[in-house]
Amino acid sequence: MSDWKTLQDKLSYDKTFDCVQCGYCLPACPTYETMEKETHSPRGRINLVKMAAEGKIALEELEEPIEKCLGCMACTSVCPTNVDYASILEGAKETLASETDKTPTKTENFLFETFFPSSQWMNRLGSAAWLYQKTGLQTFAQKLKLTQLAPFPLSEFEKVLPAQTSPSERKKRSYRVQPPGKKQATAAFFTGCVMDGMFFDINQKTIELLRLSGVEVVIPSAQTCCGALHAHSGKAETAKALAMDNIRAFEEEEIDFIVTNAGGCGARLSEYDMLFEESSEWHKRAHMFTEKVKDISEVLVMMDGLSFQTSVKKTITYQPSCHMTNVQKVTHAPWQLIEQIPGISLREMSNPDFCCGSAGIYNMVHYEESMDILDKKMKDVNAVQPEVIVTTNPGCLLQMKLGIEREEKASKKEAIHLVELLMTASPQAKEPASEQEHVL
Amino acid sequence: MNQWIEELQTELLNGQVLTDTADRVSYSFDASFGEYLPEAVVQAKTKEDVIHVMKIANRHHISVAPRGQGTCLSGGPLPVKGGIVLDMSQWPEKIDVRPDDLIAIVSPGTITASINKKLESYGLMYPPDPSSAHVATIGGNLAENSGGPRGLKYGVTKDYVIGLEVVTPEGKVIRTGGQTIKNVTGFDLTKLLIGSEGTLGIITEAVLKLIPKPPAAQTIMAVFDDVESAGKAISKTLTSGILPAKMEFMDQASIGAVERYQPSGLPVDAAALLIIELDGHQEAVTKEAADVEAVMNELGATHVTVPATQAEAARIWEARKLVSPAIAAIKPTKVSEDATVPRSQIAPMMEKLQRIKEKYHVELVVFGHAGDGNLHPNILCDKRDTEEMKRVEQAVEEIFQAALELGGTLSGEHGIGTMKAPFMEQELGNVGVEMMKRIKDSWDPNGIMNPAKMFPEHNQRLVLRHE
Repeated sequence: MSDWKTLQDKLSYDKTFDCVQCGYCLPACPTYETMEKETHSPRGRINLVKMAAEGKIALEELEEPIEKCLGCMACTSVCPTNVDYASILEGAKETLASETDKTPTKTENFLFETFFPSSQWMNRLGSAAWLYQKTGLQTFAQKLKLTQLAPFPLSEFEKVLPAQTSPSERKKRSYRVQPPGKKQATAAFFTGCVMDGMFFDINQKTIELLRLSGVEVVIPSAQTCCGALHAHSGKAETAKALAMDNIRAFEEEEIDFIVTNAGGCGARLSEYDMLFEESSEWHKRAHMFTEKVKDISEVLVMMDGLSFQTSVKKTITYQPSCHMTNVQKVTHAPWQLIEQIPGISLREMSNPDFCCGSAGIYNMVHYEESMDILDKKMKDVNAVQPEVIVTTNPGCLLQMKLGIEREEKASKKEAIHLVELLMTASPQAKEPASEQEHVL
Repeated sequence: MNQWIEELQTELLNGQVLTDTADRVSYSFDASFGEYLPEAVVQAKTKEDVIHVMKIANRHHISVAPRGQGTCLSGGPLPVKGGIVLDMSQWPEKIDVRPDDLIAIVSPGTITASINKKLESYGLMYPPDPSSAHVATIGGNLAENSGGPRGLKYGVTKDYVIGLEVVTPEGKVIRTGGQTIKNVTGFDLTKLLIGSEGTLGIITEAVLKLIPKPPAAQTIMAVFDDVESAGKAISKTLTSGILPAKMEFMDQASIGAVERYQPSGLPVDAAALLIIELDGHQEAVTKEAADVEAVMNELGATHVTVPATQAEAARIWEARKLVSPAIAAIKPTKVSEDATVPRSQIAPMMEKLQRIKEKYHVELVVFGHAGDGNLHPNILCDKRDTEEMKRVEQAVEEIFQAALELGGTLSGEHGIGTMKAPFMEQELGNVGVEMMKRIKDSWDPNGIMNPAKMFPEHNQRLVLRHE
């Protein structure tokens, strides 16, 4: 009997009762749209979890619907009764991982055992990718179709891999940089494993933008993966351990903000306090941490320390990161920054809040389903005919690059991170308006 | 596997017949109460699909429950007798606007709000506005005869349908009505089918009547110290030559719930709030707004707001929209009723509701479309608490009785379905129900169309408890 109660707790059974089954989440859910079944909708999944917790269906019945959820959380932004879908989803994933014989797919094993465990690994990966590109091995591998042997369509992703920074360049990074003028604030930069591994250059540009805005930037060396991908795959314990590592690492420094430039990481970091029991010591420490977490766009808007020198005569569209919109609730700041760039023409696509299908490692584990979602996204993108697609998360960035790559006609479109766009407009530190303003 | 399922799989495309447990469980509920597991879910996308389903079901005497997006509050799409859930939500959208005829021909899977989005560029409007219009299908709206706040001035779904294409329970296709506003040829089967809750056939196409979109609108909010004055202000407005588009009511409990949920600047000490919208040409709207303001003041409103900007008006309506989520924060289970009384009986109905609330110790809040007497008494409870749910059942029964005693009806816009079926005879009398049953039996000789809806089973009672 007590086992049953444990299972119900693990599945967040009590929280399923907050769903009144009104169906308002259906139009917001990308998988309901592309997979065309209530089974793959938020309301359907919540009901399945409830049925499993009541013993009316076997746990195995949850497997496919839960695994194929993107976790984009668009449903939580439209839910009129504030159902805690994140807890229900993660509870179901954790239960499936521990209670069923489900074996992780080859792709999952590959990614979790090799890819994401530490930033060092990602550094090595970044370096390995650099070596791979520079030595001509890339062409060689493509010719031999070696890339097609990976457990997921690696060849597809491999084509959109950005040019990698060399190991010697990586080593040159400063771990503390000072602003050109008077220091207005201190920020610790959360590098993120995918961002730092694959988009080292964007991270460096992020640091530069902060610096120009009058922010001293430190990079705590003990930081590690945010744990989002682990939590989304039912590895709750690992995720919690990673959170504790990060909290410890960032407590070392006297800082005003913890800055991220990846919507997915930012969302995870901003919810660290939810991992710990309320009023526990760790909860307090986590809360101190989450209070400081900010997306780069928020900090740049708040500091208001940049002026853009070069006109960027491009038509762009902005693809918001789901986790930034639905979890971090940051929606205006990127717009405010883009609008400061002289000469730019920003066209909003329809359904911008519809996930691009990247969703962590979803596009690798559920490739076909992800591409169905991406195809729909690209239709909306192309309707506004942009030259540039701007994103705020590495997963979205790769996915948008993939979307462009997959188009039949070679298109001149490019996908870039918001930080890259800002850098093309030659940002400079604003002249201080008057001395008094800075006296606090 | 059952032979009828095999036959369905032969006639329909791969993937349109769902029999996996997870899929069947996912179509076992709607936004009301109860779960009923279907044996198969069929996703119809064409008229031919529906014909196949009905022929096979009729031959094998398998029941069919048609379903849109499952937003129904009265149990319409529940497969009470198992059989087939016929999912119409994946039917491709079709909105064929004929501006010269002031009509639109739509497919059943079309989302209701999409119709008005499409009509925007023609300066036209399809008035029925259920609050779920951005989710629900027009097919579901037709089957349930849905309404919304605009019902006061513009009526409900049935007032805007002039023709239908229907697949009968035996798998034959008929057309009712046509494309003209005037049409007195034969029985009005269109009106019979609208609101028949899927018990007579499957609607596969509808011809909707459109009206010009009013160019201007003005919102007014009036605050009252007592419910009775608010009731009188409603009657007085409606008898002074003005017909507002919407006249919404919020009681003290719902005002308080909204302010606790998300402070919206509503007066928490008020006993009642009226939110009114006038629409039409700007000159007329301005004149009428002044008149309504005068009526509100005359009947003792403590405060009247006439927002000067659209943004300000939008904030008021936003607060009204927050009632549903706000009251859900009181307790997780929401029993939402829509018993409706003649407009003159709103104040007496409010009094009766107050007495019911005290008698059964239930969390009862009242808000809704006061202008047309369609109040929404909502009881907030927890379906895991069987003792409480028993009291809720008794309270709901008494709400129905109260509405009927005042000359009202069981349902203004949600439909009868499973929940209100036990009370049909009280409103219609046994001969009234019997005549409806005869119609049902002659349309559907094998009793396969959405059984156990609208007509009570022997000794059926309202049950909300969680089994």
